[in-house]
Amino acid sequence: MRSTFRDAAHLLRPAALLLIGLAVFLVVRAAVIPKGFGKYGHYRAPFLETARSKPIHYAGQDACVACHDEEAKMRAAGKHAKVACEACHGPQAQHADDPTSLKPKLPDVATLCARCHEKDPAKPRTFPQVVTAEHNAGAACNDCHKPHNPHLD
Amino acid sequence: MMIPGVDGFMYPNEVELQWSILIVLYPYITGLVAGAFILASLERVFKVEAVRPTYRLALLTALAFLLVAPLPLQLHLGHPERSFEMYLTPHTSSAMAMFGFVYLWYLTVVLLLEIWLDYRADIVHMSKTTTGVTRLVYKVLTLGSDNVSEAARRVDDKVGYVITVIGIPSAFMLHGYVGFIFGSVKANPWWSTPLMPVVFLFSAMVSGIAAVLVLYMAAMKVKRLPIDMRCVDTIAKYLFYTFVIDFTLEMLDLIHRTYEADESFRSLDFMVHTRLWASHVLLQIGAGTVVPLLLLAATQLRRFAPGARKAIYSITSCLILVGIFAMRWNVVIGGQLFSKSFLGYTSYKMGLVTREGLLPAVALMLLPFAIFFVLIKLLPPWQHSEANAAD
Ligand code: HEC
Ligand code: HEC
Ligand code: HEC
Ligand code: HEC
Repeated sequence: MRSTFRDAAHLLRPAALLLIGLAVFLVVRAAVIPKGFGKYGHYRAPFLETARSKPIHYAGQDACVACHDEEAKMRAAGKHAKVACEACHGPQAQHADDPTSLKPKLPDVATLCARCHEKDPAKPRTFPQVVTAEHNAGAACNDCHKPHNPHLD
Repeated sequence: MMIPGVDGFMYPNEVELQWSILIVLYPYITGLVAGAFILASLERVFKVEAVRPTYRLALLTALAFLLVAPLPLQLHLGHPERSFEMYLTPHTSSAMAMFGFVYLWYLTVVLLLEIWLDYRADIVHMSKTTTGVTRLVYKVLTLGSDNVSEAARRVDDKVGYVITVIGIPSAFMLHGYVGFIFGSVKANPWWSTPLMPVVFLFSAMVSGIAAVLVLYMAAMKVKRLPIDMRCVDTIAKYLFYTFVIDFTLEMLDLIHRTYEADESFRSLDFMVHTRLWASHVLLQIGAGTVVPLLLLAATQLRRFAPGARKAIYSITSCLILVGIFAMRWNVVIGGQLFSKSFLGYTSYKMGLVTREGLLPAVALMLLPFAIFFVLIKLLPPWQHSEANAAD
């Protein structure tokens, strides 16, 4: 029995080496994994704080609708009813907090409408699209279409 | 607007290939590892005594390629240090993360341990007969034990056997995973088939066996030692068998696709007849499969003179190595050439001296041979030392 052990004793060495490797790995792992990792999911829990401390850019359209009744009514009557205000006007949280401190710049119609309506075979066929170069003959889109309700009769 | 290299309609994110030649190398290299290891296990577990002369060579080949296997991925990542996070915070739903552990397990517990156990007698012997730095290296490699008594070697042999038995499913997992990664991309009809891991596995065995076969014959030529014909004949026989299985599986996949002819079929069929014609039909199927299979079949049916057999084995092995590389190429690159709208095709422009270009790919392909060279200097696989000859 003793001699069997003696003749197998050398196997303990690679085993020890593996265990040391594993231990080093576990120590390094414990040291470098950020605090709170995995508390809620596969990410750092404290990052929620970091994210929360970042400034808010978008107010959300409920805010816009509360003050801009006229545009809201107009939009609700047309096909842009489901297009959010800030999809065209850009992030306006600062303006919504204090309207007088920052008056939003109006969107540039020359590029705005084409961003969504330029003809592209990859878009669903039912989506209204035009070849802008041919469609408006150089006139601005809002000469004919009202942005908040683009329908023409 | 016309985009150079694009025919028909491509979605914007399909125009440029994201998986380069480095991703072709990766399954190719892991395949060689798995194949070489499975050849080594033939001798050990299945007691095919005839392939004994290549046992150690096959293990060292597997090790040399295994060390290089993750490097193409690291280079492709661009941020190699980030791959370490896969070990620190692995996600259980990520096949890639799980593979990291299969890789480590295979490297440390299977391959290094098996090589150490097999070479122990030689290492101890060298640590006593060499001098200077070499002696120090061998001293370290003994891990401080110089017990190579007959009883200790018997223990080594038993443990080595167990490790090889564990090693076979590990090698299967190692390469089956690579196929799994492609086979499970459900958005890509060129890849998405449950046959993928099996096809990858058998082609891995074919390429690994072919690699050891040429390496053995080349090494014997360089060392001016006689080639053991019984050994190469046996390897060629097993190469033929595995190749027949591999070929059958690939044909099964092809017939199944053709018969099923789902919505992707016309597009893929067109691609095979145009952009992939040279690499798929000519290289992979013609030069890389049909020709070597016919040559191998001929050696099984007729007895050629030893010289002719050696020539045939060398030629077939090289053709197979090229053919399997073409197969990896066609899977990885082919899978990105067609649009998922099935309305267009793009082309792959390989860089030359860019990070993922031809030059780093060639360097990565040569690196295992450099490692192999160092390994055979350190742990000569041919002459069995007195200590080994004794048992
Ligand atoms: C608290 C009420 C309030 C909220 C909320 C609010 N606004 Fe305003 N907005 C105003 C007032 C008041 C003005 C006029 C400011 C001025 O003329 O100096 C204005 C002006 C504007 C203008 C410029 C009009 C022009 O003639 O140049 C735009 C565009 C605008 N708002 C868009 C928005 C959008 C988009 C939102 C939602 C993110 C929003 N507003 C939220 C009160 C509000
Ligand atoms: C489809 C894009 C689009 C959407 C959606 C949109 N707007 Fe506008 N809005 C415009 C454009 C373009 C102008 C500038 C019109 C011009 O220059 O004549 C404008 C102008 C305005 C003005 C300035 C007054 C005016 O009529 O010229 C206000 C205020 C305004 N929008 C508020 C809103 C609010 C509130 C919403 C959400 C209920 C909204 N907009 C949704 C494109 C849009
Ligand atoms: C953020 C994307 C977006 C932008 C920017 C945008 N639209 Fe639209 N537009 C839409 C959507 C969404 C619809 C509704 C499509 C539907 O009903 O299927 C629509 C519908 C329309 C229609 C069809 C109306 C009808 O009655 O059939 C016209 C015309 C139109 N938009 C013109 C414009 C003009 C002019 C502009 C620039 C001021 C503009 N759009 C900017 C998204 C956009
Ligand atoms: C000269 C006036 C005029 C101008 C300028 C104009 N449109 Fe129109 N647009 C029309 C008319 C008229 C229609 C047809 C209405 C219909 O068919 O119901 C129309 C239809 C559309 C439609 C709906 C197409 C469909 O298939 O339903 C879209 C989208 C549109 N225009 C976008 C634009 C955009 C974007 C611009 C700016 C680049 C623009 N239009 C400029 C007159 C104009």
